[in-house]
Amino acid sequence: MVLPPAGKKVVVSDQSAEEITRVEELSYELKIADVMSRDVFSITPDMPMHDVIEHFRQQRISGAPVLSNNTLVGIISMEDLIRCLIASDQDAIAEKYMTKKVITVRSTDPTVEAMKLFVNSRVGRLAVVEPDGKLVGIITKGDITRGLLNALQTDYKQEEIRRYRASHLFEDIESDRTSLILRYNIKVNDFTHGGAASTNIKKALLRLGANPQIARRVGIAVYEAEMNLIIHTINGGYLRVEIEPHRISIETTDDGPGIPDVSKALKPGYSTATEEIRELGFGAGMGLTNIARCVDTMVLDSQPGKGTHLKLRIFLKKEETVGEGWPANKES
Amino acid sequence: MNVENIISLVQGKVLTNNINLEQEIIGGFGADLMSDVLASIQPGAVLLTGLCNPQVVRTAMMADVHAIVLVRGKCPPQETVELAELEKIPLISSPFGMFEICGRLYKAGLKSLEGCITEKPCNS
Repeated sequence: MVLPPAGKKVVVSDQSAEEITRVEELSYELKIADVMSRDVFSITPDMPMHDVIEHFRQQRISGAPVLSNNTLVGIISMEDLIRCLIASDQDAIAEKYMTKKVITVRSTDPTVEAMKLFVNSRVGRLAVVEPDGKLVGIITKGDITRGLLNALQTDYKQEEIRRYRASHLFEDIESDRTSLILRYNIKVNDFTHGGAASTNIKKALLRLGANPQIARRVGIAVYEAEMNLIIHTINGGYLRVEIEPHRISIETTDDGPGIPDVSKALKPGYSTATEEIRELGFGAGMGLTNIARCVDTMVLDSQPGKGTHLKLRIFLKKEETVGEGWPANKES
Repeated sequence: MNVENIISLVQGKVLTNNINLEQEIIGGFGADLMSDVLASIQPGAVLLTGLCNPQVVRTAMMADVHAIVLVRGKCPPQETVELAELEKIPLISSPFGMFEICGRLYKAGLKSLEGCITEKPCNS
């Protein structure tokens, strides 16, 4: 099997923000040496064409390099064979029909170099040579496809392993009570990055093997809480999510300005947002209502002039547990 | 109905690369206030909105939205497009207004994914 170059970890990550695809990336990462065929069958310039045809048939190949004293002098492809057959000239020697202008590449070149040559030249195979002209292999479009597929499969396996490890996190670690705490500092008025923490939290939960509905409930609650820190605080705030197999606890803390009338703030549609904030798509007056709808318990503690502390909890049923580590003493 | 059908019904222009045209769309939802979206949307919807900032994509991500249609030919800022690509949510711009798009999709058989609000409206 062809593996990616040693020392280079090839992993498909959730963060693959690049506009280029993974295949395009791999075509730069994989070197020609990683995908080419070595130990290729070669012929000599003086081999009669009927022998060449017989070799091609027996070995089921469609082309071969022609070597004279270990030096590359040409290449014979199906096209050359057809020309020979049309002329009924099978007794001629390979030298007569071989293509003398051989396109070569270096084994250290990235695979994309070979791709470019295939696109521009319409040949079926390229000779891979060392700087001294010695042939080290042959590369075909099939070799490239196989190399890319193998690399993608390796990516996929590594990603599977990572997912597996994450989803077994809680059962692999032994303690009386294990939890994973995620912390984020949220800046006030940072609408560009607003929601980034929530996105990461939702992804973390899915990676830990949480049920999608739980991830959605947590995602919506945290997103509203995060946007509240961005819109309504003086100095931003602090977001903390504690993940346990049976419970998810979310807390936000800020140092002001605080909510003057908490019962009003909890009414659906009640909003103190400015017209500017509404133009950004916020201030529907549904934030706290949405949060309350998504969580099992909500405690809102706010003092004008001091700040607000929001505590949310979502309790998981055994079948919804995160990370397959439902505590043995919590049988439901 | 899938993403490809939606694009053709709204005569939309796709703004993100590498989208899955086969992705199924279960229903539709139209809103410009993101908390309204989060209040009642069900998973698998196409979100119709006049809002163009990156929060649309964040909201879509939280609400498991399968495609976003920007109404009235809006052209979003680059960061919105980039985020949509990162989160693999198709971003489509349609020349029509919100009412027209809702009508076209509804007429073509797309159901509403706007859950009814259970609380009494305007309990004054």
